[in-house]
Amino acid sequence: MAQQRSFNPYTENGGTILAIAGADFAVVAGDTRQTEGYSIQTRYAPKVFRLTDKAVLAVNGFAADGNMFVKKVKQRLEWYKHAHSKDMPLQSIARLIQTMLYAKRFFPYYVYNILGGIDEQGKGAVYSFDPVGSYERETCRAAGAAQSLVQPFLDNQIYFKNQTGEHPTHLPLPHVLQLVTDSFTGATERHIEVGDGLEMFVILARGRGSQELEGVAGIREVTTSDERERVFVINRDLKRD
Amino acid sequence: MDHFPTNWGRPRSEAVDLYNTYPLHNRPGPKADAFTEGVQRTQAPIVTGTSVLAFRFKDGIIMAADNLASYGSLARFKDVQRLIPVGAYTVIGGGGDMSDLQHINHLLEGLIIEELCEEDGHALGPAEIYEYLSQVLYARRSKMDPLWNSLLVGGFKDGKSFLGYVDLLGTTYTASTLATGYGSMIAQPLLRKYVEGREETLTEDEGKKIIEECMKVLFYRDARSINKYQIATITEKGISISESLSAHTEWSFAEKIRGYGAQTQ
Amino acid sequence: MTSIGTGYDLSASTYSPDGRIFQVEYANKAVENSGTAIGLRVKDGIVLAVEKLVHSKLLVPEANRRIQTIDRHVGMATSGLAADARHLASRARDEAQSYRDTYQFPPPLKAIADRLGLYVQAYTLYSSVRPFGISSILGAVDKDGPIMFVVEPSGVFYGYHGAAVGKGSQLAKTELEKLKLAELSTRQAVFEAARIIYLVHDDAKDKDFELEITWIGDETNGQHQIVPKDLLAEAEQKAKDAMEEGFDS
Repeated sequence: MAQQRSFNPYTENGGTILAIAGADFAVVAGDTRQTEGYSIQTRYAPKVFRLTDKAVLAVNGFAADGNMFVKKVKQRLEWYKHAHSKDMPLQSIARLIQTMLYAKRFFPYYVYNILGGIDEQGKGAVYSFDPVGSYERETCRAAGAAQSLVQPFLDNQIYFKNQTGEHPTHLPLPHVLQLVTDSFTGATERHIEVGDGLEMFVILARGRGSQELEGVAGIREVTTSDERERVFVINRDLKRD
Repeated sequence: MDHFPTNWGRPRSEAVDLYNTYPLHNRPGPKADAFTEGVQRTQAPIVTGTSVLAFRFKDGIIMAADNLASYGSLARFKDVQRLIPVGAYTVIGGGGDMSDLQHINHLLEGLIIEELCEEDGHALGPAEIYEYLSQVLYARRSKMDPLWNSLLVGGFKDGKSFLGYVDLLGTTYTASTLATGYGSMIAQPLLRKYVEGREETLTEDEGKKIIEECMKVLFYRDARSINKYQIATITEKGISISESLSAHTEWSFAEKIRGYGAQTQ
Repeated sequence: MTSIGTGYDLSASTYSPDGRIFQVEYANKAVENSGTAIGLRVKDGIVLAVEKLVHSKLLVPEANRRIQTIDRHVGMATSGLAADARHLASRARDEAQSYRDTYQFPPPLKAIADRLGLYVQAYTLYSSVRPFGISSILGAVDKDGPIMFVVEPSGVFYGYHGAAVGKGSQLAKTELEKLKLAELSTRQAVFEAARIIYLVHDDAKDKDFELEITWIGDETNGQHQIVPKDLLAEAEQKAKDAMEEGFDS
């Protein structure tokens, strides 16, 4: 007789993540609250991680799986770097992530991944994944607890859905940052699992100026090498109630 | 010729491995033996400990847990220490299954001895022990054979304090105030009110007052707690774990309670 | 040597006609050619000391330790092949941990010595292996107090109050016999140990050596530890002074 199992190896830790691709940049963001049920476990648990100078990964869902998954992706990227003396290209990271997720198809990592960065053509890119590895390249994607609140807003503001006379174009960086901030303040207002802090990663394509980021509050550069893509982090407060 | 010495003298399975092609560790064949069905995994905790509380203060970490190990609703063991010193810099506080906690203690004991035998001038600090525990607990949940605990890891090493949480699912987080189990609902809001934003100024005496207040509230409200608890402080000076303490409680109000239970008038 | 050419010394699994196992005796030769190690079991603890012969000035001082820690309360000093010593120490740690796994209690030294004896003896049974080229002094303060054993290449082990193995073991034993070991404190024993190692060191044959001393006792809270630097320096100075006096008289 098969064993009865009452143990549930999964839980849901709330929060929301979001990524938007521009012409020559990408923004990947997530809130920093971690919850279980109605409890706030911590006000600062990062969900967005710098993988390379041109790839940033946001992970949302079951936090323990998420942390383990990021740890393993980072390990694979390090092995790649040691073997090939360069960082793995973004589209290859995307395929690697699909392979790693599907490898656990029958005991999945219960996480939604969004990968953002700069592709081999120097263009901004966003890839989104489901927990078992289905993925596609998109211009923008929201996932997590407040996906249903944020995605329609993005559809309207980025794809200009349900707007007349407007046509989608790549939006300028300051505009995108404003949309991201608004998305999270909105989600914080209406969803109990979202709040406390906002962590936004901005990845700029090679040779692109960073004037628009000058004077931005709470910004910090986290690039690890020069003459390449540049990565910045912006930390903002969100409501803690 | 079979080149795997482990196979020599053993019967060979001609049904599935005619030429002994496979090395022992991935030899085909039934994994299960006659005992498989009898193997039980932890599917529910048996003897349990309740909340653990901890927070950061000016000089390090303060942590508390009561001395009770319950058997369901029975207060079964009333002199159990749930604050465990690990090495010279770390204390772990454990709730959940007490036999699993003892097992974790045993694992850590082995780990500490292994490190000490190296004699390389390095010792494990709270951050390392936290990472180790999170990997062990996550690996066990992934085997569907969890260690049924919620643990707080507190420590102080190289001028820095550390406080983290790990549980049976491998979920981890750090914060300046932490509480497990019932305490996460009852005491955590109080801790946040008293501590958040005051981490760098709170003194040890103030900290002990806060923890005493929280343990008292927990004793009033948590039916699986007792008014007998210990406090650990981990600072530059090392680990100190107090004798068992009890908070002053007031029950005279209970006389006047009307309107439920046996007293309807 | 009479054994050479007879064919009886080619394997540890072959006896000679008069009942000896030459490979084991050769292993003892490896011990006899190596730096002296001594152990003192005294009133309140154990002191282990080795004369670590330094074959090159390029070696990092204080590296390549010859006294190893087996468990919190157990130390092991060896004389013989250093690599064999590291392997046996690793085995000893496993045995100590296995005892803890089973009994949830710090292993008594007898239990460890017993298991190591069996392990070392197994290497005297097969033609495919060679016996351990080391003699090990195991010291501990366990639940019954200070205790000490020596495990030899044959696998045999004896308990001692004072033990010496390696090059200068004969002279060291003579010196140990003069001491009232049961009345010494561990601190006093550190000085005696340093003195003996300096005494047995042969300046003519071996130029350089490092003195390595560890102790287990009340002063270390029952833990096996290297003696503090200042105490070692003091003991070393006294040992050197004693040597001077010895030459004068």
